[in-house]
Amino acid sequence: MAEMRVDLEKCNGCGECISSCSFSALELKDGKVRILAACTFCGACVDVCPEEALVLEKEEKRVDVSSYRGVWVFAEQRQREIMPVTYELLGEGRKLAEDLEEELSLVLLGWKIEEKARELARYSVDKLYLVQDPLLEHYCTDLYAQALVDLVRAECPEIILLGATSLGRDLAPRVAARLKTGLTADCTGLAIEPEERNLLQTRPALGGNILATIISPRHRPQMATVRPKVMKRAEPDGKNQMRVIKIKPDLASQGQMVKILDLIREEKSVADLQEAEIIVSGGRGLGKPENFSLIRRLADLLGGAVGASRAVVDGGWIPSYHQVGQTGKTVQPKLYVACGISGAIQHQAGMRGSEIIVAINKDPGAPIFDIATYGIVADLHRFLPVLTDKLEKREKAAGLKNSIWEK
Amino acid sequence: MDIVVCIKQVPDTEELPHIRVNPETNTLVRESAKGIINPFDENAIEEALRLRDAKGGRVTVISMGPPQAEEALRKALAMGADQAVLISDSSLAGSDTLATSYTLAMGIKKIGSFSLLILGKQAIDGDTAQVGPGLAEWLRIPQITYARKIEINGNKIRAERALEDAFEKVESTLPCLVTVTKEINIPRYPSLKGLLSAKKKEVLVWSADDLTLDRKRIGLEGSPTWVIKIFTPEPPPKGEVLAGEMPEVADRLIEKLREREVF
Repeated sequence: MAEMRVDLEKCNGCGECISSCSFSALELKDGKVRILAACTFCGACVDVCPEEALVLEKEEKRVDVSSYRGVWVFAEQRQREIMPVTYELLGEGRKLAEDLEEELSLVLLGWKIEEKARELARYSVDKLYLVQDPLLEHYCTDLYAQALVDLVRAECPEIILLGATSLGRDLAPRVAARLKTGLTADCTGLAIEPEERNLLQTRPALGGNILATIISPRHRPQMATVRPKVMKRAEPDGKNQMRVIKIKPDLASQGQMVKILDLIREEKSVADLQEAEIIVSGGRGLGKPENFSLIRRLADLLGGAVGASRAVVDGGWIPSYHQVGQTGKTVQPKLYVACGISGAIQHQAGMRGSEIIVAINKDPGAPIFDIATYGIVADLHRFLPVLTDKLEKREKAAGLKNSIWEK
Repeated sequence: MDIVVCIKQVPDTEELPHIRVNPETNTLVRESAKGIINPFDENAIEEALRLRDAKGGRVTVISMGPPQAEEALRKALAMGADQAVLISDSSLAGSDTLATSYTLAMGIKKIGSFSLLILGKQAIDGDTAQVGPGLAEWLRIPQITYARKIEINGNKIRAERALEDAFEKVESTLPCLVTVTKEINIPRYPSLKGLLSAKKKEVLVWSADDLTLDRKRIGLEGSPTWVIKIFTPEPPPKGEVLAGEMPEVADRLIEKLREREVF
């Protein structure tokens, strides 16, 4: 919005401006001029003021939305390996590019990564911006942001997609803030609204219990991070039509501000939960910490990992890396067994994406039953031993059968 | 060492069984969920208090939100923060993460100099994790996100960043912005003494006019992103209740899981 201001230091109350105004929007009060609501921001008074005391602040020039074209995908690499989410973004980016009738481009930042560029050429991509510099070998917020911002300013894409990984969620907001453009986090749905060419970005909030659709109608590029494992992975089309544009970034002005000293792989057990195909989780309904043995036994029999609700982690029954939920881990296993967990929003947020949910709880009104594939209203202290005994017998029988075949 | 902590008041999802959207107004029915300090922000406050207790200085907590967000700031004072600031103004309504980080940056500039700025890794209502890096950009300082451990040595900070399947050790000079994960510490409960002394402390409330800011960068006007629709996801297909005698229920469950090729 435009704004008229009077510089009271400069105004000497001469009144020259008052007669210049066609809208009677100025008056003198206490020897200074005052602007009234009738002002239309025409600026006539600004020109006549001998003291230059009137200032018209025009609306900031809007981004010329139509001068931004094309869809970009940020190709995320770590230790020269392309992260899987990149291929998911390629599948989605191609659809958006087709709807817009524009090109799909990849942006790959790193050092000595030509070989990866050849790998990416197998997919349906029009262009690859290959940005190489020894300083870009490992991810660093400041340098990656600088290189990406410079490229965006030079090439003006209308959409930029990044994976909502720890890297993407660190980089994207920094870049968007520097470009002063819109960014939507952790999208699970993307589409084009054809008339205005706006990107319709749908994302979960409150741990997936609501969805919001968001647009950035007056800003370009429209930036989005996209949740991994949601979009369908692109398949190679084998056409090899990708043009490679080599870029040497200018990073001289940007002193590297955060230095990476070391990268250490996490021990297996911690990463386990998010990779597990089967998770058995326990909550307050277990009654006491020792009863986690029931959960462990079932998890072992199913070949799964052990999860837990926030209540029992906060209570110190089990270490926090087992926690599933909004303040813990988000998991999407094939099978999730919730034992003695009521299933408040905070817990559901971390596991509602599971393929099959089995809920065992003695309270038939527990919210976990709203999302359970199979609900069992029972006292878990009695039911779990029955279930594990049956699974054990089944396993023994199968083991016997296998050993016969092996002979 | 002066530290600023940014916090947000969020609905307590631990106590919330359902969330509903009013189909007519397209807004959230917040039911009776009580407001709490965003859990990750409690870790941020805790870390700031520990560093202050070890190295001296002051901890200022700042929040942007409606007047009732003062409750969250009061709790932070009771935990031991020295000073609290609430930026609250109707012209800030509709702020997205860019406008919010701008407004907070202007508030932090008004507070004065600081060595460290700490935030929780994300808020549990929006889950965007965008305000931290946005703030670092407006203030032009380095950022370290997802920190699970930090150490201050003179003018340097060292931190461990939790990545998906690894962690990274990084170093930066101060001032610096850090966002922290739950693993970094266990937040304290306010002590009785803390609660009593918090009552005597004032929460400074600043309006947009109290800050030196560009009106075009705040509220809806300063927000590139607009929410055009809020809706609840399709409910999952109605599940099946397995009832009956326990051995029979167990057999049926095993059979169902076998059909679904779990084993």
